[in-house]
Amino acid sequence: MANVFGSTLKRREDPRLIVGNGQYTEDVQLPGMLYASVLRSPHAHANISSINTEAAKALEGVVAVYTGQDLEGKIGTVPTAWLPPDSDMKTPPHEVIAVNKVRYVGDAVAMVIAENRYTARDAVDLIEVKYDVLPAVVEQEQAMDENAPLLHESAPQNIAFHWQAGNATDDVFDSAEVVVKQRFRQQRLIPNAMEPRAAVAQYNAGSGEMTLWVTSQNPHIHRFLLSGILGIPEHKLRILAIDVGGGFGSKIACYPDEAMVAYAARDLNRPVKWVEDRKENFLVTTHGRDMVLDVEFAGKKDGTFSAIRVRNMANMGAYLSTAGPGVPTILFGLIVPGAYKIPYAGADVYGVFTNTTPTDAYRGAGRPEATYLLERMVDLFAEEVNLDAVEVRRRNLIEADEFPYHSAMGLEYDSGNYQAALDKALAMVGYDDLRQKQADVRSQGKYLGIGVTTYVEICGLGPSQVAGAVGFQGGLWESATVRVHPTGKVTAFTGASPHGQGEETTFAQIIAERLGVPFEDVEIVHGDTNRIAMGWGTYGSRTTPVGGNAMALAVDKVIEKAKKIAAHLLEVSQDDVNFSDGIFSVEGAPSRSTTIQDVTLQAYLAWNLPPGVEPALEGTSFYDPANFVYPFGTHVCVVEVDPETGDIDLVKYVAVDDCGRVINPMVAEGQVHGGIVQGIGQALWEGAVYDEQGQLVTGTFMDYAMPKARFFKNFETAFTETPAPQNPLGVKGIGETGTIASTPTVVNAVMDALRPFGVKDIDMPLTPERVWTAIQKGSGQQ
Amino acid sequence: MSEKHKVTVTVNGKEHSLEVEPRQLLVHALRDELGLTGTHIGCDTSQCGACTVQMDGKAVKSCTTLTVQAQGRSVTTVEGLGDMSRLHAVQEGFWEKHGLQCGFCTPGVMMTAASLLEENPHPSEQEIREGLEGVICRCTGYQNIVRAIQYAADKSERSSEEVVTARTGSDK
Repeated sequence: MANVFGSTLKRREDPRLIVGNGQYTEDVQLPGMLYASVLRSPHAHANISSINTEAAKALEGVVAVYTGQDLEGKIGTVPTAWLPPDSDMKTPPHEVIAVNKVRYVGDAVAMVIAENRYTARDAVDLIEVKYDVLPAVVEQEQAMDENAPLLHESAPQNIAFHWQAGNATDDVFDSAEVVVKQRFRQQRLIPNAMEPRAAVAQYNAGSGEMTLWVTSQNPHIHRFLLSGILGIPEHKLRILAIDVGGGFGSKIACYPDEAMVAYAARDLNRPVKWVEDRKENFLVTTHGRDMVLDVEFAGKKDGTFSAIRVRNMANMGAYLSTAGPGVPTILFGLIVPGAYKIPYAGADVYGVFTNTTPTDAYRGAGRPEATYLLERMVDLFAEEVNLDAVEVRRRNLIEADEFPYHSAMGLEYDSGNYQAALDKALAMVGYDDLRQKQADVRSQGKYLGIGVTTYVEICGLGPSQVAGAVGFQGGLWESATVRVHPTGKVTAFTGASPHGQGEETTFAQIIAERLGVPFEDVEIVHGDTNRIAMGWGTYGSRTTPVGGNAMALAVDKVIEKAKKIAAHLLEVSQDDVNFSDGIFSVEGAPSRSTTIQDVTLQAYLAWNLPPGVEPALEGTSFYDPANFVYPFGTHVCVVEVDPETGDIDLVKYVAVDDCGRVINPMVAEGQVHGGIVQGIGQALWEGAVYDEQGQLVTGTFMDYAMPKARFFKNFETAFTETPAPQNPLGVKGIGETGTIASTPTVVNAVMDALRPFGVKDIDMPLTPERVWTAIQKGSGQQ
Repeated sequence: MSEKHKVTVTVNGKEHSLEVEPRQLLVHALRDELGLTGTHIGCDTSQCGACTVQMDGKAVKSCTTLTVQAQGRSVTTVEGLGDMSRLHAVQEGFWEKHGLQCGFCTPGVMMTAASLLEENPHPSEQEIREGLEGVICRCTGYQNIVRAIQYAADKSERSSEEVVTARTGSDK
């Protein structure tokens, strides 16, 4: 059983998924099930003057139509679960169905329940709504203008909150040798998990129990919030999210649709299914990023950094989504100084309401935005002081012997060896040769660019005390129960809720290794609030560092009890019992031994247990981490830009990441691949566009460019392993590293290629048209 | 609503008679009427490919195919591609090479891959990447999907060699 941890094993979750036996929410079929369809506002900002539902209700097969007025007083509003401290945050009510006013295209106006999905859609078209259209505002800086249309009476100038942190004062910048300033835009992105959101609700009027299958990254948080919205006690509300078709942050939030479906199922006492289509997914499922960032970066002529500060105007959309306010503040601001020794840092953040879809977490959530501006500034600074971008990084990276390191934003980075990851990545890509090659081909009129990012990220969210201090309205520990059955097989329950990350496999590896049982004998259960007492879900690369360590500690509790029983059976003192590879043996007499399976059977038979030891064998841990964990690494990208067309060719991509100890290299590599592609998507193709009236112009896959297979060549990935010192497994997180690192890496590479044209920055996505235009406008130093 | 039509269609080798609205999409017939929920709907507009099935051996997108268009045809879904006792080479490749993460697009991607390999049993990496034009995966970054399809191509090659060897007995 040894060496299961760290081995490439095929995924446990795959068999059911490759033969079509997954259990996604839309797959749920129940007798007597009704279908819901939602009428959504076609206007970004309007008062509702009247709604006529008579024709819809009269359609054969329609069972009910609900408007906002029908729900008034019967259902709560959708809460915000992150209230950054000292920010004077405004939380205007977010109605489940709009009553008098709509605030973005897609805002719910009515819900139809019908006998089948086609009839429900037909009926939606028969609802007549009269709108009094109001002026809309979609851009955050415009929304902050005194004369801008106001979304919520309680939030003057549409400012939802203002949050500040850090120690970077004017004096630091006034006295600096070199100061570089730049404005960046983090364009709005659409997460586009391949599975649209869905909900199926079933109510039992006799027991008062509600079962809700929902596309969720955090079923217990959904239970927590929906319990409040619906007025159903938590112990009567069961949330199921077994297989979830990707989330990328967009399935964290609690949405109005889910509450509506549950409400209707209870009201009608029949099961109800709702599935959004892709157009609804574009319009209603939370978006990511969307920040305007003004950055000042200071340092010395010798290339050392001294200060960074950023003013962030973050577009929150029409309402504050569940975790929305935490993204541009805590998750963004605290990592602004990145992997470097920068003594002064600051963030000044405005969260702004606009007539757009609410924004919330999107893969990396805040950390990609911060890493992007930092890594772009490092390159701009390097150019200013006339040093190689890698050399500048080397001079400022936190050294391996400086951990734990206290950053200017008050974080304690746990461990790292940033230079080693940098060295490895440069060796893999052949950096020195590349610089030579770049010079050679440039003289032939070819524009090769090399981009480098050295990053650190915050992940493994907890600890709970910190969550409370930064205003997250929940704990961030994780639960695990390891139940050893009489035969020695194991079922383990996690409060994390993986949706593609592979923890059914990696958690089984943790247990198999630690408990000394075959990997095949371990089953992981997740995504069902009735089987798992409590948990906080999967996001922010917390599942393995928090949930995985909970699992390890639950195993330790099993072993501790089993050891008592083993000592009793072997008739020796507990201190004389050794445990290794599933075998309990007597110190000094290794032939006197028993196995974990034998001990387990005895634990259940309970014929001969030591005094005071209860029958059965299971362990539960509620693990609250001592600190965040801080994965890091270096990514390098080589591009070639065609100045005639603005086309960018991705020539080579190398990623070296360090997530502490690696449980399954194949699974970790897969996470890196996916992350890189998502990050490159932002750099080169993706971007949500609204027109001035607040219509989403990029509302389908025809208009919103998504990365496809033919856009890429193979990536080269590798790991360094610097164990996390503060958790039992020594693990960090790997789910977001690729996305965090790849966006600035690619943009830095393109800017490096365009240096001869005097181009210093281009707003993402770097479409051929934008690149070509920038070349035309450049200073022509070619 | 509108008049219903009788449709006879063979799905995964088994003939079914359905009475459907003319506007009903094939994917809804497969999922809702026949309970074959392995085929997924990702976009309703033919771009993501999660709904891909084979009709008379060719890959089609079942979210933009009407059930009535399947009259008299033979449809294969992921459930008919192979099962745990006898995985199709493509299914095996996806498992071996970690070609899936959340698994939602996977049935459609595998059906596309199976068709691709039937048309071109020995595709280059570039040909595989181009052959995946009609599908979107948000999780894997595609690299392991490409490896999975290469694995399936290699396996088919190995097994056809084995067949040839067995027939000719050339090594004996």
